[in-house]
Amino acid sequence: MRDLLDEALAGVAARPTRLILTTLGTVLGVAALVGTVGLGQTAAGQITQRFDLAAATRVVVQPDDKGGQEGEAATQLPWDAPDRIKRLNGVEAVGTVSSLEIGDDLVENVTGLDGGEGKALQVMAGSSGLWDAVRAVLKTGRFFDDGHDQRADKVVVLGKHAAERLGINRVDSQPAVFIGDEAYTVIGILDSVTGRADLNDAVIMPNGTAKQAYKLESPDAVEIRTAVGAAQLIAEQAPIAIEPNNPSTLTVDAPPKQGAVRKGVESDLNALFLLLGAVALLVGGLGIANVTLLSVLERISEIGLRRALGAARRHIAVQFLVESVIVGFLGGLLGTAVGVILTVGVSWVRDWTPILDNRLAFGSPLLGAFIGLVAGTYPAWKASAIQPITALRGT
Amino acid sequence: MSTAVALPAPVVEMIGVRRFFPGPPEVQAINGIDLIIGQGEYLSIVGPSGSGKSTLLHLLGLLDNPTGGVYRLDGVDTMSLRERRRAVLRGERIGFVFQSFHLLDHRTVLENVALSMVYVGVPRRQRMARARVALDRVGLSHRMEFAPTTLSGGERQRVAIARALVAEPSLLLADEPTGNLDSANAEAILQVFDELHSEGMTLAVITHDDNVSRRAQRQVRIVDGTLKW
Repeated sequence: MRDLLDEALAGVAARPTRLILTTLGTVLGVAALVGTVGLGQTAAGQITQRFDLAAATRVVVQPDDKGGQEGEAATQLPWDAPDRIKRLNGVEAVGTVSSLEIGDDLVENVTGLDGGEGKALQVMAGSSGLWDAVRAVLKTGRFFDDGHDQRADKVVVLGKHAAERLGINRVDSQPAVFIGDEAYTVIGILDSVTGRADLNDAVIMPNGTAKQAYKLESPDAVEIRTAVGAAQLIAEQAPIAIEPNNPSTLTVDAPPKQGAVRKGVESDLNALFLLLGAVALLVGGLGIANVTLLSVLERISEIGLRRALGAARRHIAVQFLVESVIVGFLGGLLGTAVGVILTVGVSWVRDWTPILDNRLAFGSPLLGAFIGLVAGTYPAWKASAIQPITALRGT
Repeated sequence: MSTAVALPAPVVEMIGVRRFFPGPPEVQAINGIDLIIGQGEYLSIVGPSGSGKSTLLHLLGLLDNPTGGVYRLDGVDTMSLRERRRAVLRGERIGFVFQSFHLLDHRTVLENVALSMVYVGVPRRQRMARARVALDRVGLSHRMEFAPTTLSGGERQRVAIARALVAEPSLLLADEPTGNLDSANAEAILQVFDELHSEGMTLAVITHDDNVSRRAQRQVRIVDGTLKW
């Protein structure tokens, strides 16, 4: 067995230039394959990571708008919905959000610094837990809390764009805005929120204040931020927790399963390049077959000699087969290295985290070997069929 | 001839061996040959080209199968053997020396000699040592790590002889061993053969050269597929 390997290795090593040229096709094919899959996985990893941050942990519960009369929702969300949801395992933050019907009321900077004209801005109401639930980040000031809510304080937090339109960019001077005829103190300005872009353009007041000023009857929606991976579970449990008697009257928005996202993206990205890699591998395999066949013809006298020295047909066949497997394996090894370097290089340039399946890295050289095996079968059979007397006749 | 008959087990025993090549036209390359080569004998087979001497060499070397007749090598009936067994017998019992040397250019002289022990099951550790002894015997101990391509024709043929000897065959079969050599180198090879003969090796040399043939202990001529002497 070791003899066989030695003889095959010597046979392969005898013509190094040819060896390199022969492996080229396999190198390219495997490199394309590994690079494609590696970059696909890496890219999908990046995309999924972004999904994770933004959406994969967001669950929104709203009343079902069908079934009620004249577009009215069939049920109303209870005010204690956040408390009910908070008890569920996997919930990190929860809050309510509502849009207020403010009629023709306009919003205006009390100082008149914005030009003195009222703006038609969206006015919304939220619970103190809303901020954490939508990952709100303040530019300045503070959020309202349960105290503001219970006391129905006339305070508001401005969305980023709303603050710009009102010409307010700091809160240390206790600026105020008119909504209609009522003045509200601005206690904070948002910098960013995720998932609820409408908050950026809104003036937000505590629920308690909204109940008093605008007769808000019930929250429009419950915003839930879950632990990573808990979104699907929470999506199932939330309606029952909020409306145990009638959970089907609520609709839940939840992110698709993570795996589904990743798989979908990967298959899209990879299909074409995998095909390309497969074609390159086919060409590589044909290259090996061709060169091995050529080498069989060249080495006829060697084959004859080995037969004269007592080699049986199978010895010859196996030697050529092993040689072509070695060539394929080397090609696969080189190709894998190139593919990995490609993946890491692109990731480095794009500032991604390279993700590569270990099975891919270790399996690809074996794929090369397999291609060598398939490609070498016919030449090996051909070599073993050569009659020793024919082989020895030459000069 | 008398010595050969006196020895108990002849190395080669051919009785009525024929070899036809199916046509068209059918060629009767070997047509009923009886040949006995005793142990330690030095035999030459001469004949013009086309006389069937190459075919006879192939038959003797188990590289080809007779169409009919009986061929016993070391008392083993080779006609009934399957191809794999024949390959083993060939590797173990016959050492070939070819006109064109048939050395592997990419391997060292030592590796070329050791190669003939790969297929006959000599343990790896013994091979290099035995190859060195064999090369020493043909006077090439100073060339062991050389590539065959850097050697002269005469040296290459001595490497080939060392390779043929190293597996300790029963029969050394040489096909025009001096055909590619000048007279000085040819003479050196023939001297090696003489030495081997004196050490008891059985040799069969196939040649068309009478100068080579004359060195043998016994000569047979092959004409039109039959032996004459």
